[in-house]
Amino acid sequence: MSILKIDGVTKRYANHTALDNVSFDIPQGCIFGLLGPNGAGKTSLIRIITQITGADSGEIYFKGEKLRPSHIKDMGYLPEERGLYKKMKVGEQLLYLAQLKGLTKDEAIARIKEWVARFEIKEWMNKNIEDLSKGMQQKVQFMATVMHQPSLIILDEPFSGFDPINANLIKDEILRLRDNGATIIFSTHRMESVEELCDNIALINRSRKVLDGPVREIKDTYKTDTYQVIGNGQLLITSPDFEVLEQHDNHGVFRASIRLLDGASPNDLLRYLIQRVEVHSFVELVPSINDIFIRKVKETYHA
Amino acid sequence: MHKIWLIIQREYLTRVRKKSFIIMTFLTPLLLAAFMIIPAWLATISDSEDVVMVLDESGLFADKLESREDLKIIPIAASSLEQAKVAYQETDYTALLHIPKLDLDKPEGIRLYSKKNTSLQVKFRLENMLEKEIESQRFMASGIDRDMLNKMKANVTMTTVNLSESGERDSNVWVTSGAGIIGAVIIYFFIFLYGVQIMRGVIEEKTNRIVEVMISSVKPFQLMMGKIVGIAGVGLTQFLLWVVLSAIVVSGVQAAFDIKPAPTPIEQMQSGRAMATGEEESAETEESSQQNTLSEVSSAISNLNFPLLLGSFLFYFLGGYLLYGSLFGAIGAAVDNETDTQQFMFPITIPLIISFIMSYTVVIQNPDGPVAFWMSIIPFTSPIVMMVRIPFGVPASELLLSMGLLILGFIFTTWIASRIYRVGILMYGKKINYKELSKWLFYRV
Repeated sequence: MSILKIDGVTKRYANHTALDNVSFDIPQGCIFGLLGPNGAGKTSLIRIITQITGADSGEIYFKGEKLRPSHIKDMGYLPEERGLYKKMKVGEQLLYLAQLKGLTKDEAIARIKEWVARFEIKEWMNKNIEDLSKGMQQKVQFMATVMHQPSLIILDEPFSGFDPINANLIKDEILRLRDNGATIIFSTHRMESVEELCDNIALINRSRKVLDGPVREIKDTYKTDTYQVIGNGQLLITSPDFEVLEQHDNHGVFRASIRLLDGASPNDLLRYLIQRVEVHSFVELVPSINDIFIRKVKETYHA
Repeated sequence: MHKIWLIIQREYLTRVRKKSFIIMTFLTPLLLAAFMIIPAWLATISDSEDVVMVLDESGLFADKLESREDLKIIPIAASSLEQAKVAYQETDYTALLHIPKLDLDKPEGIRLYSKKNTSLQVKFRLENMLEKEIESQRFMASGIDRDMLNKMKANVTMTTVNLSESGERDSNVWVTSGAGIIGAVIIYFFIFLYGVQIMRGVIEEKTNRIVEVMISSVKPFQLMMGKIVGIAGVGLTQFLLWVVLSAIVVSGVQAAFDIKPAPTPIEQMQSGRAMATGEEESAETEESSQQNTLSEVSSAISNLNFPLLLGSFLFYFLGGYLLYGSLFGAIGAAVDNETDTQQFMFPITIPLIISFIMSYTVVIQNPDGPVAFWMSIIPFTSPIVMMVRIPFGVPASELLLSMGLLILGFIFTTWIASRIYRVGILMYGKKINYKELSKWLFYRV
């Protein structure tokens, strides 16, 4: 079942089209990557989903219902442009933002306590935001985004500004939220940063959707049957089943990228190699989302 | 509605808890108290008795110079000025007045010797006494009796009376204009001070980048109205605290120092007039005329229609603030930082400043004239100008028309402002001009 169904959404501004007939589904309970270069239209789409702006045409369905203002309570949005009231105390700020999302005061206080315990930040509660480090501010902002336990969490460029330790902490939190049933949308132009996390993706380029679906399927579709082999010996491939794309020899150690030609299986290649050289490493060269994106964009241009 | 209420609370509480708010709130009544105490205190200083030795060689003033309450005259009989000076050096008297033999037609050579610089007051008073004495001696010489002259002097003060259906009422132009002007001044400053606070608040939200977080929870309109209403609450709180604290401080000071309040500007003006007209009135008439004006003022004050004044003050106070406040909010949304606000501030401040200047020039002189009428009807000027007119009496129909238009004006500016606001708060790094702004009004968001 899809938590969000985007159906033919178009958004035009005065001199450019931000979204051009974009459609895709976001399945419930997955981590969804909304990927594309800067200016592709990701933020415009998110603003339509969060009802900050409206679409010119097309519809969005949230849990099967047409999007309406009451759905906002069930969404959490961390914008790319982060910010909090600088002169407000952390505790008050969290309380305020949670109440604006529809929590009662008591609920909000209980949630805040829970998160404070998890992030071990009790001593921050009475500090002003401006007295916190940038990383701490980001943590507070993340808390504010998910505190009302939304079923859809939208994170725009979530890892920018986090140091590696905090980035990992947030990653763990995101996985935990997913396991608790929330759906998470990642929007980013740094595709490699979310590849490992995402179950599904949609690629957007120049206001159009280029590609969407489960990551594994996409990668299967775009894999090139290429393997990287590292080993000892003199490698000389003469079989017509394999094509050497690239080979480096260095003091008896070789490294080669080999493509399987029609019908040949990885085991055939391995068998062929074992008879001739000593194999240290045998890895499938899987295309990164970035590679797929570049290929796909080139295809659309040539088409 | 619940969300707007939350926003109002936040805007209100964060501002009311600010140090600057607390300091301003408590400092202003204290300053007011200081304005009261210092003149009174200075008055008590000069109340210390001055003693002047007089060496009268002319013999004209021998027993004519009489001691007053705080100015004591001690005639001495020294044989020479030098001797008198020596005698004076041994005392701690204020000064030594030396009157040489003089010609009544040409009184020259009178000198005042003192160890320290004598105060102007003492000098003037002595001069006055001598002048009066010389004058009466001249009158005597030409056969005119001083008492007769005093009787012939005329002193006219007019009591102005309002004739209206409800009967005659004593009125006092000074009190009436004063009441209106005070109301207008307060509204003028309130709109400016707190309007700018709205603008700063919006700019702060923009530069802190919290806006997008906020409007993913609330509508931009709710955010804007919450801010405007919250800050209105701050202004009202400050105003009420000032009134209450001032009252406490003033009565406290009066009780502690047992002094009369410093004369109000109106009283000062009146006593100034009295001074200018009457040359040197006898103390009694001066006293009685002051009592006259005082009673006149207090009767005029009690004759002001306080419920109407207060009611319309609150209405125009809030109406004017809301009308301009939403525009200030729109400016904040349209720019990225405060330095860019100038070009948009200008057209907003112009009607305010004009109505302020006009109200204490044209309007106060002719509160029922065409300028006053139109300016009190047009919503952008009415909050200030109407306040000046109301104490003079404004027909109910005009008042209702003005109030109705102010409400319409407020709805209109809020509509414009919210259109600009919803586009502007998400717009960064773009220089905005009026053409761009007018396009925003019709954007579909």
